[in-house]
Amino acid sequence: MKRFIRTAAVAVTLLWASGATAQNILDNTGISGSMQMDGAYYLTDKKMGITDSTLDGKTLRMNGFTEINYNWKNFTAGMRVEAYLPPLLGYDADYQGVGVPYWFVNYKNDIIDVTAGNFYEQFGNGMTLRAYQEWTLGYDNSLKGLRVKVTPFKGVTLKGVWGVQRYYWNAFENNNRGIVKGADADFYLNDMFTALNDSKVKIGLGGSIVSKYQAGKTLDYVIGEDIYTLTLPENVANYGGRINLNIGGFNLYGEYAHKINDPSAMNDYIYKPGEGCYLNLAYSKKGFGLSAQMKRIDNMSYKSNRSITNNMLNINYLPSITKEHTYYLASMYPYATQPNGEFGVAGQLTYSIKKNTALGGKTGLNFIVNYSQVNGLDRKAINDTTAIGLSGTDGYKCGFFDISKDLYYREFSIEATKKFSKNWKGIFTYLNQAYNRDVVEGHSNEYGIVYSNIGIADITWRINNNYALRGELQGLWSLKAHENHEANTGDWAAALVELTVNPHWFFSVSDQWNYGNEDEDMQLHYYNVNMGYVYNSTRIAVAYGRQREGIICVGGVCRYVPASTGLTLTVTSTF
Amino acid sequence: MKRVILTIIAFSLIAFSGIAQEKQATSGKPIPKVDIKNIEGNPFSTTEIQNDGKPIIISFWATWCKPCIKELTTIADVYDEWVAETGVKMYAVSIDDPRSSNQVRPLVNGKNWEYTVLLDPNGDFKRAMNVGPIPHTFLINGKGEIVWQHTSFSEGAELELIDLVRKLSKGEPLN
Repeated sequence: MKRFIRTAAVAVTLLWASGATAQNILDNTGISGSMQMDGAYYLTDKKMGITDSTLDGKTLRMNGFTEINYNWKNFTAGMRVEAYLPPLLGYDADYQGVGVPYWFVNYKNDIIDVTAGNFYEQFGNGMTLRAYQEWTLGYDNSLKGLRVKVTPFKGVTLKGVWGVQRYYWNAFENNNRGIVKGADADFYLNDMFTALNDSKVKIGLGGSIVSKYQAGKTLDYVIGEDIYTLTLPENVANYGGRINLNIGGFNLYGEYAHKINDPSAMNDYIYKPGEGCYLNLAYSKKGFGLSAQMKRIDNMSYKSNRSITNNMLNINYLPSITKEHTYYLASMYPYATQPNGEFGVAGQLTYSIKKNTALGGKTGLNFIVNYSQVNGLDRKAINDTTAIGLSGTDGYKCGFFDISKDLYYREFSIEATKKFSKNWKGIFTYLNQAYNRDVVEGHSNEYGIVYSNIGIADITWRINNNYALRGELQGLWSLKAHENHEANTGDWAAALVELTVNPHWFFSVSDQWNYGNEDEDMQLHYYNVNMGYVYNSTRIAVAYGRQREGIICVGGVCRYVPASTGLTLTVTSTF
Repeated sequence: MKRVILTIIAFSLIAFSGIAQEKQATSGKPIPKVDIKNIEGNPFSTTEIQNDGKPIIISFWATWCKPCIKELTTIADVYDEWVAETGVKMYAVSIDDPRSSNQVRPLVNGKNWEYTVLLDPNGDFKRAMNVGPIPHTFLINGKGEIVWQHTSFSEGAELELIDLVRKLSKGEPLN
């Protein structure tokens, strides 16, 4: 203990000293950065089935990073140190360790932009390539290699990338993943042609081609007792085009991508080409916004290692068309894109009713109505003797509008935002969801579809300019599962009270209560006490409570989070 | 175990020393030059973020971020007055990814927001500005230098922001 205190004291002194020095350095140069630390101390919780053995003895866990960038004239260099000691529950154990998974050197002027090292990139909407990072999900598929971006004329952007994706801490060796190469061109016609400079019609066109190379010419595959040898394509291309058209308040965005045969563990080694299509049509003016989307995905998983089926090493990005939620109960059953095939439509209306009208009252009223539905594809056998999806064959036939009756997800939601007076305002949300638990979570006809109605009231009372109190009341009512199916968790209620004290403090208490669980022992309270301190761009939060088992999704990627109880500390800072 | 505790302590200390240095560290840096998109999805360079020598607010947000929507809705009510009084211009940078980046313009119009809205669908500008959790708000002085930044939003925080903008527009020091 003494030794510990001494070490800590030395560390404090050193850090403050280096802090003071850093201060001077930071003032005069282009150093900037950010950090985040998520630490957790997990406790056993008999009611939730958490014991010493489920925790594996690792009760103290931490995810953290510090990123530092240095800028000098046209050069920028940066690096990120990450530490998972060991990773928080719900993050891949493969992340355990400390290292520098991200570093780069960049040179940029008006015409050329070159990056060596790790980089993030997105072609169009990402259907052919998207390298990005979501810290909260533990997702990072940055490419390590070389990126060149050229802008020869105004309105024209050409990009080339060549690299390998990050895979936990694994170095690129022994053919453990493929090499990704890609090129993209973007043309904004209104900047390219002076005649169009002031036109109300604005046209953007783009195209991209991506190729992955993974060694391996053949693969032995066992079906029943027979061994088949599949001939594999070592290079797989994925190419696409896009258009972005704006005319006054109208917008049309369309993107199409085609992938050549890509037998992989994800599609069970079929040779059918893949297809992705996304269309967005929108119209908006002051106080009114309307949009409609359509998305069709057919065999579009595109990973730089053909043999993995987890969430990692995605080269392209296939986000869900459904609305993203953050309230506790609205996000209990989140949809994730099914890369092997789905057809979805969605629409959203945003409307502000003016002040001093019958409906709008003195302060006006804003509401958002959203609808989305995703179904599976109606696959047909390629001939009479081949089963649908048989490995080593073309898999199946499916026309563009061959949509099956299998419902994957459907949601209707309406959200009204109302300011009652200077100090009172509220957001009221109603959602109706149908969630195909078997398809989204990968079960085989165990749970069926969960139908739920959700109501949420979120009220804020500004007591004065420094104190504000916010309360949330939420309910989720789900229909009883079909008797042939496993029970879902049933009805839930949730409440939250939050006090903010400007400019630094916040406190909150919340509870999610699974009062409708058919298993009485599981009618648990998932309580949480949270407090935090904000100083400019530094935020420190401490929480104690229970985390319910669930799925956290951001964009097209989801992460399973196991139930836990404990104390967490989160520190984020930008400097 | 001890290593873990030490690491946690070290990280916390870095954060705390970060607090101490904040005022200094954020002063005077220019806005990094990054190619992003305007609200119509067409090319936009961050060098175009300008306001004729008057103060600028840059706020990072997303359509799914409740506190962000709250901040932008609160400021929208008083934005006209702010502009008339100080000449400030606000840029609201959406970090919505391709899942919802096409929804930004209909939402912004539907909500009647008057800000200049930009799209940063792959987080390029966000990374260059070292933004972590959102909302994250920056204040830029007339010379185009970042002079203040703040993360999170709570009711009443907009009053602190406009006070700082007033000081900037009068050429007074922030502290």
